[in-house]
Amino acid sequence: MNLFCVGLSHHTANVQTRERFAGSASAERSLRTAGCAEALVLATCNRVEVYGASEKRVSTDEIAQSLLQNSEVSDGGHTSALPFYRYEAEKCVQHLFRVASGLDSMVVGETEILGQTKKAYQSARASGAVGPCLHRLFQRAFRVAKQVRTRTEITRGSVSVGSVAVDLAQKIFGELGNCKVLVLGAGETSERTARALISRGVSDLRVSNRSNDRGQELAQRVGGQAVRFDKWPQQCREIDILITSTSSETPLLTPTNLEPMLANRVDRPLFIIDIAVPRDVDPAVNEMEGVYLYDIDALRSVAEQSLAVRRQQIASAEAIIAEHVADFLEKVSSELNRVSRITGHPPVADNSLHASQL
Amino acid sequence: MDRDLLIISTICFLAAVVRTAVAVRAGVFRPGRFNFLAIGLGFLFQAAFLSIRGHALGRCPLTNLFEVFIFLAWSVALIYMLVGPAYRLSLMGAFTAPLVVLLQGLALIAPIDVRHPVKVPANSSLEFHASVSLVAYGAFALACIAGVMYLVQERQLKTHQLRSIFYHLPPLTDLFTAITRLLWLGFILYTVGIASGFFTGQPLPYVQVVAAIAVWLLYAAILQGRYFRRIAPKRVAALCIIGFSAALTLLWGITFSAQTHSVP
Repeated sequence: MNLFCVGLSHHTANVQTRERFAGSASAERSLRTAGCAEALVLATCNRVEVYGASEKRVSTDEIAQSLLQNSEVSDGGHTSALPFYRYEAEKCVQHLFRVASGLDSMVVGETEILGQTKKAYQSARASGAVGPCLHRLFQRAFRVAKQVRTRTEITRGSVSVGSVAVDLAQKIFGELGNCKVLVLGAGETSERTARALISRGVSDLRVSNRSNDRGQELAQRVGGQAVRFDKWPQQCREIDILITSTSSETPLLTPTNLEPMLANRVDRPLFIIDIAVPRDVDPAVNEMEGVYLYDIDALRSVAEQSLAVRRQQIASAEAIIAEHVADFLEKVSSELNRVSRITGHPPVADNSLHASQL
Repeated sequence: MDRDLLIISTICFLAAVVRTAVAVRAGVFRPGRFNFLAIGLGFLFQAAFLSIRGHALGRCPLTNLFEVFIFLAWSVALIYMLVGPAYRLSLMGAFTAPLVVLLQGLALIAPIDVRHPVKVPANSSLEFHASVSLVAYGAFALACIAGVMYLVQERQLKTHQLRSIFYHLPPLTDLFTAITRLLWLGFILYTVGIASGFFTGQPLPYVQVVAAIAVWLLYAAILQGRYFRRIAPKRVAALCIIGFSAALTLLWGITFSAQTHSVP
């Protein structure tokens, strides 16, 4: 039996190609008909991969056909030009460990892929498509991913502007449930940041915009409360987080006009996220005690720092994976040798994986 | 024999320091179980040392500067063991261990373990006064450490340069809550310690009493400023460091003068 992985990902295929395989997660039955003893389909927005174990070699074309049969987009089923990759045995094990650990992801170190892999495994197991071979392989992959996360800093920090802002808010205030947020300007980025804050527990959100109608619309969309634009300075006395993205040509907040607003809040920090260009907040505000100002460049810089750290951690993560690949293959071959001694079959000389004996 | 226990204890704390230093250098710092275990083990050896020394002296082992340093290091570790896990300040261990290593290292290296030629008689009031005051110092030491953690995080947030350690520090507001509680704990214990000092039956050393009251007033002022929200958290954190430095100087002065003039 052979262990293999056939797939395409953001590395090899563009989004138009990948979307042809939407819905192919249910292709396990077709794959088994094509000759796979065990099959698991991992389908996310960035990849479609089949992990399988078979007695005889199932060609890449047959696998692609099985996937296309189950996809939601039917386009004649031509698969010859599709940029599929194929990994066998050791390479397949290594690839899965890298995928589960987030090393093969578009954003290195993202953790969503592990959840997606677990979901794909559970679904395949429930349908009976996973046997002992893939079971063992995937359980080890989950262990490897956990170890990579805990023993390296590959998942450290956030790499998008929105999530950096939310992470910083949590580093300042801890639980965000009691935080009061004011969104100044009803732009798309401020809406996205506000939504990210809501998803982390913020419930008191106020929106103020020059055009009151747009402000009210945004307030309604995010479940907040609209505040008239001439009233926003008063709000600064109460709020903890200010997200600003107006199109003002001059700074709305300067140390001079912010100082009286902070008079009665000496023990409460104020976190200002200024995503406007030109900036709404004078950079000198950051020098004020208890005020933490992050403009778009500062947020990007933090995101880039995190990304750089993640890249530095790739070598450590690869070392952990290599260790596990070697250990996994060694365990498999020693087990095969033990089985061969019992059954009288010749022992294996290499690290080839024989699913039926696992 | 008792000094051996102390050396083992110092090695345990040193292991936590070395591990933290290596991890920070490699940029993969994360507070783990190792630090907590190493500190816990070090604490047990400290306790064993104090117990053996106490039995040998027939009283609380606070008869010279050496024992005072060890008792203080034990108080710091004790408060950390009680407060660290409760407030999820596991990273505090990384800051606590160097302070304990410093105190114990100094005690072991400096020739301050001077035995009194005559056995120091037991005085339960005096021992209570000294031990409660030292545990208060332990709480102030932890408040000082939390203050350092606050200032490190605050600085990184202000400069937008977030290092590895930043991601393992507790949120600023949580850290400030811990500082406030440690200050209150230390202040209450210190008040009890000072008050009990008036009932020891010993003549009151004027300079030491004035200095102790000055430290008490400093902490009272910090807490008053905090209570009425007149002092910003950053300044409270800085004052915790200043306050503990003053308290430590006073402690050294009290013990040194007691050692040179009379039996404590």
